[in-house]
Amino acid sequence: MADVAVGKDKCGEQRLVSLPLSRIRVIMKSSPEVSSINQEALVLTAKATELFVQYLATYSYRHGSGREKKALTYSDLANTAAESDTFQFLADILPKKILASKYLKMLKEKKEADEDGDGGSDDDEAES
Amino acid sequence: MAERPEVLNLPNAVITRIIKEALPDGVNISKEARSAISRAASVFVLYTTSCANNCAMKGKRKTLNASYVLSAMEEMEFQRFITPLKEVLEAYRREQKGKKEASEQKKKDKDKKTDSEEQDRSRDEDNEEDEERLEEEQNEEEDVDI
Repeated sequence: MADVAVGKDKCGEQRLVSLPLSRIRVIMKSSPEVSSINQEALVLTAKATELFVQYLATYSYRHGSGREKKALTYSDLANTAAESDTFQFLADILPKKILASKYLKMLKEKKEADEDGDGGSDDDEAES
Repeated sequence: MAERPEVLNLPNAVITRIIKEALPDGVNISKEARSAISRAASVFVLYTTSCANNCAMKGKRKTLNASYVLSAMEEMEFQRFITPLKEVLEAYRREQKGKKEASEQKKKDKDKKTDSEEQDRSRDEDNEEDEERLEEEQNEEEDVDI
């Protein structure tokens, strides 16, 4: 099976696909219940993955805060995964990150809120 | 996908090039962003495979083919990929056809060469036989004429 290689071949012609088919095949085969994959399916999956990479990068860049700084950052990607329906399936592997100090503050605030709740009174009934 | 499977990564250099070519010039891509996109790409392959496989099973087939991959794109709401993918599929099929014809042609040429060498040899033999026969016939005819 001839692997469609990276970039241009000896004749300088553009290859159809840049990603290595052998690697794509290994990933596909790791999926349970898949028995066989024909060559055309392999080529299309590889190409679709390239299109996906382009789409994810440009979408995240356009919607991201890094735009002013002319940069694409991890948080741009995490925001995309969290906010776009199309990229929802990435939410687990691209979680949003927060500073440890912020997280600890959140925990503290939550703890205080819980304690107040146990204490009893509603806000309405707070002393004037 | 309840469990998170161990995913195999795609080559960094290729992923980076694809990203760079997609974004405007001079945009910096952090290392973390690159790594994240690479992981996302692997997950995309798994997601595509899973959807395509579902399509195949519905059709009671075991082999993933091009049309199941295209259906998967529909399912996953990446319809925008379908047209460019169809173009790649056609180009790929033309390429395969070309290769097949080229190798068949080569085989034909090779056979023809062998054949024509044999033909030359036998043609020479035939010519000799014909000449002999002609002479005999001419002789015969003369005889008959009388």
